[in-house]
Amino acid sequence: MYQTIVFLPLLAALIAGLFGRQIGDRGAQVVTCGALIVSAVLSWVAFFQVALAPGDHSTHVQVLSWIVSGDFNVNWAFQIDTLTAVMLVVVNTVSCLVHIYSVGYMSHDPHIPRFMAYLSLFTFAMLMLVTSDNFVQMFFGWEGVGLASYLLIGFWFKKPSANAAAIKAFVVNRVGDFGFALGIFAIFMTFGSADFDVVFSNVSNYTDHTINFLGMELDLLTTICLLLFIGAMGKSAQLGLHTWLPDAMEGPTPVSALIHAATMVTAGVFMVARCSPLFEYAPGALDVVCIIGASTAFFAATVGMSQFDIKRVIAYSTCSQLGYMFFALGVGAYGAAIFHLFTHAFFKALLFLGSGSVIHASSDEQDMRNMGGLRTKIPVTFWMMTIGTIALTGFPFTAGYYSKDMIIEAAFAAGTSVGNYAFVLGVLAALMTSFYSWRLVFMTFFGESRASKEVQDHVHESPQVMLIPLYILAVGALAAGFLFSNNFIYEAGYEDFWAGSLFLIGDNIMYAAKLVPAAVVFSPLVAMILGFAGAWYCYIYRPETPTKFARSFKFAYNISFNKWYFDEIYDFLFVKPAMALGQIFWKKGDEGTIDRYGPDGVSAAVVRMAERFKQLQTGYLYHYAFAMLIGLSAFVSWFVMGGQ
Amino acid sequence: MENFPLLSAITFLPLLGVLIILSIKGEEEIVARNAKNAALLTTIATFLFSMVLWFSFDQTTSDFQFVKEAEWLGGGISYKMGVDGISVLFVLLTTFIMPLCILCGWDTIKVRVKEYMIAFLLLETFMLGVFCTLDMVMFYVFFEAGLIPMFLIIGVWGGNNRVYAAYKLFLYTLLGSVLMLVAMLYMYGEAGTTDIEELMAYGFDPKAQIWLFLAFFASFAVKVPMWPVHTWLPDAHVQAPTAGSVILAGILLKMGGYGFLRFSLPMFPVASEELAWLIYLLSCIAIVYTSLVALRQTDMKKLIAYSSVAHMGFVTIGIFAFNVQGIEGSIVVMLAHGFVASALFLCVGVVYDRLHTRDIDRYGGLVHNMPKYALVFMFFTMASVGLPGTANFVGEVLVLVGIFKVSTWTTFFALTGVILGAAYMLYLYRRVVFGELTKDDVKAMLDMDKREILVFAPLIILTLWMGVYPSTFMDFIHVSVDNLVTQHEAAMATYHAATETLAQAAGN
Repeated sequence: MYQTIVFLPLLAALIAGLFGRQIGDRGAQVVTCGALIVSAVLSWVAFFQVALAPGDHSTHVQVLSWIVSGDFNVNWAFQIDTLTAVMLVVVNTVSCLVHIYSVGYMSHDPHIPRFMAYLSLFTFAMLMLVTSDNFVQMFFGWEGVGLASYLLIGFWFKKPSANAAAIKAFVVNRVGDFGFALGIFAIFMTFGSADFDVVFSNVSNYTDHTINFLGMELDLLTTICLLLFIGAMGKSAQLGLHTWLPDAMEGPTPVSALIHAATMVTAGVFMVARCSPLFEYAPGALDVVCIIGASTAFFAATVGMSQFDIKRVIAYSTCSQLGYMFFALGVGAYGAAIFHLFTHAFFKALLFLGSGSVIHASSDEQDMRNMGGLRTKIPVTFWMMTIGTIALTGFPFTAGYYSKDMIIEAAFAAGTSVGNYAFVLGVLAALMTSFYSWRLVFMTFFGESRASKEVQDHVHESPQVMLIPLYILAVGALAAGFLFSNNFIYEAGYEDFWAGSLFLIGDNIMYAAKLVPAAVVFSPLVAMILGFAGAWYCYIYRPETPTKFARSFKFAYNISFNKWYFDEIYDFLFVKPAMALGQIFWKKGDEGTIDRYGPDGVSAAVVRMAERFKQLQTGYLYHYAFAMLIGLSAFVSWFVMGGQ
Repeated sequence: MENFPLLSAITFLPLLGVLIILSIKGEEEIVARNAKNAALLTTIATFLFSMVLWFSFDQTTSDFQFVKEAEWLGGGISYKMGVDGISVLFVLLTTFIMPLCILCGWDTIKVRVKEYMIAFLLLETFMLGVFCTLDMVMFYVFFEAGLIPMFLIIGVWGGNNRVYAAYKLFLYTLLGSVLMLVAMLYMYGEAGTTDIEELMAYGFDPKAQIWLFLAFFASFAVKVPMWPVHTWLPDAHVQAPTAGSVILAGILLKMGGYGFLRFSLPMFPVASEELAWLIYLLSCIAIVYTSLVALRQTDMKKLIAYSSVAHMGFVTIGIFAFNVQGIEGSIVVMLAHGFVASALFLCVGVVYDRLHTRDIDRYGGLVHNMPKYALVFMFFTMASVGLPGTANFVGEVLVLVGIFKVSTWTTFFALTGVILGAAYMLYLYRRVVFGELTKDDVKAMLDMDKREILVFAPLIILTLWMGVYPSTFMDFIHVSVDNLVTQHEAAMATYHAATETLAQAAGN
């Protein structure tokens, strides 16, 4: 069954990709959607069998041996436990819905088979990532989703901005992979294996060991975990390595929903959760995870408040929500992090697909300044977006309410200074989340339409093939919280559900989270209401406020609007110097030094010598006779001297 | 069958083809066609012969196999052939790449076709000789002789600036060879034999090893090529015809890496260990430096040539990690690079044949009218950046695992090359394949034809195969590499024991 779940999308991708011309657009859609529906159904079966059934049902499936070299031995193999089962459900459900949605969304595109093939290829790579039983196969999936992401961001290859964004995504992710790879090498050197089983069961023997890394003596497990976390930061767009995610919105909207919201970007969260046995023994690394996560949650929310591109707002929101997941991991609330990953997949995919529906309706317009008043024209989309928004902002009893509030409470319950930092930033970010989410809804659906006449006339509700996936996701966004919270985060079902796939050393912080003061419990709710009120005041009640604010707080507004100038700084620090160095090495190094004094220099010297020898060849007999005489006398004297 | 000199047959079969082509007479057009056919058939026959090697090679022993020995030149030098796990795959790589080379010049070489084919067949014999011979002098002869047909291929069928490139290649290689020859003479004087097996067991004086190592290093480093003696490679690639580039990247460069494995490591273990820092340093510089230079290239071939230097940096790092993963990884990188770099040069050849320029800016938007080409090029771009599932990844990850145990700094810089590699390859791909299709002559370009697909198909299959299930190939090399590492460790142990006793004696 697990082979079917994983390899069916690959098969579909190959068929649609290589034989797209033969089977046609419809054929490609049928093949890929069909494969994904089967995979998604089987994933839910697996979820019930492995995760929801009481007891430990984890299994191990060996497929093929991969790299064998000395004691380095890696297999193609699946490890299916609760954590994997959760990811299978998330990946395949969202992927399946996005496939179906794409049938409608991409109907005018000339390259449908290619698009469907890429989507399925992505799904395959993501499944390889989440089912892996070792670090190297995980890396395979890791890079595989990177490839698919690159292909899909650059899907509209005529657009220079899309091509640039695709390359940026790939290269920035490579920076993260740099750390991930180093982490894997360190793990192999330490444990003599890259298999999760072997590594995790031996971790406790290596506390207080050190490693010599780049000339420094560092704590072994902390170093390994931080290196792995660099990889997670790249894939999950955390502060510093986040710059690719907003640009990735150049890709078609279904791609943003699938890859850049629900699945791929959560790979980092999954990886840290999978490596919980390592991180638990490296408290220093966990603190770093917590700080980076909280800072990202805050930073991305500040940027999200001032963006005008509807997709970019949601992209920064994704970035911010990933930050929540990371600081949950950082305080040891692994269950809450994965639960937020699970619920976030539903409501964020809903928001993205909903915004896709908006963009589709308003003739590919993405700037919210040119929208407005769409509520009456596309009511279904409006309601779906509203459901997504209330789930995201944590309205009571929606999905986000359970997962996000638990994260904030757990951060407080940790009681450490790092935990408090995360708590404060988390609540602030919740306020901003509510503000920018409602701002998006108000700017898009309320007020007067700011679109041109032609666009307005053309506004239409999306076809059913695009709306049905929205309905299903909306159900998830509303119900996933109370349906599964007992299993994921509450004491009642936690142990039985996770069955040891998430590792903890001390007490479960989420049990302690129940005991936090009422003020803490209500803080996210208050933040949400304040954010809503702020957005209402600024965009409905007094629409002139934002402009005034931007004028009077120019500095703060500019920082937010220009995304804290990360792109500019990186361009200055890395891109320009790399280009300049390349030029210098080429012109001054290779041509100016090595060639000049090497081969060219030698040949010039030979020419010069030849010129001189040429002068000796005068053609006069007495010159030659004289030279011979000198030579002869030299020989004779040498023999005479040598003979003595 | 037992007595059949298989390796000699494989090595000299191309010479038979040369004789056949020489005997072709008649009108120019007919001669050209017959010469092409004869060359293709010869290389295919050689490949088929070498498949016997593939199937009857014993993977459980590190001894040399298919050994044939005969007296030659009065007994001082012997004719000796044999392969072990380290060399056998290079033999197969050579016989595999050759038919593809002949095929890719099929329609594009119009002048002196007969001579062109002869040059390639001669080159094949010399390259196979390098990998098959077990005599130092014969190795030298084959190693250097290969230069002559390559020199001619670049000098006669090359681009506009071909003479400069050919002479640069010659000058660099010659300098290295002279030093290697001197070292070989010394070794013969010391050990009294030119038999590689005996020389491996001889155990040269550690002090002399340093000088011998450096002398061999001069020659191999140029071939690999390592920074700073790499500048001949971009020029040679740019000027060479496509098939010449393929041979150069696919096989000739590997002779340097093979040389390190066959001579430097087993014969001068102490020097290798003492000078490993130099190798790391030069390799790291090569990886970072040439990757940055590659970012700025405007000539497709030059860009890929620089990327070759960076990839070969991984090879040298892996070899001098002195552990199983490092050395096996370096062999895999060499094989993978043999497929992928060859394919990339073929990719350049495909568009060059149509537009007759390698200038990146002259292209753009090829995906519109050449979708098959776009797919193939994308595949090899991704293979080149070491995407898991392709052969390069297996090699690179093993090299890095191996070197991480020895030097984290080296790992660090090598990995920087992985980031930069993604940048320059994707940047190249974007400029050539993506974007709007605006230029009229580019619009008129046709997608790949059957012959071209036929050339790429085996390379794609092998790159994937080696990426997904490398055991098929690596099973050949395990035992020999294990043996190499064990021998090396034993030699080092003896050396350390000796120096310790010496130190104690001095202390007393």
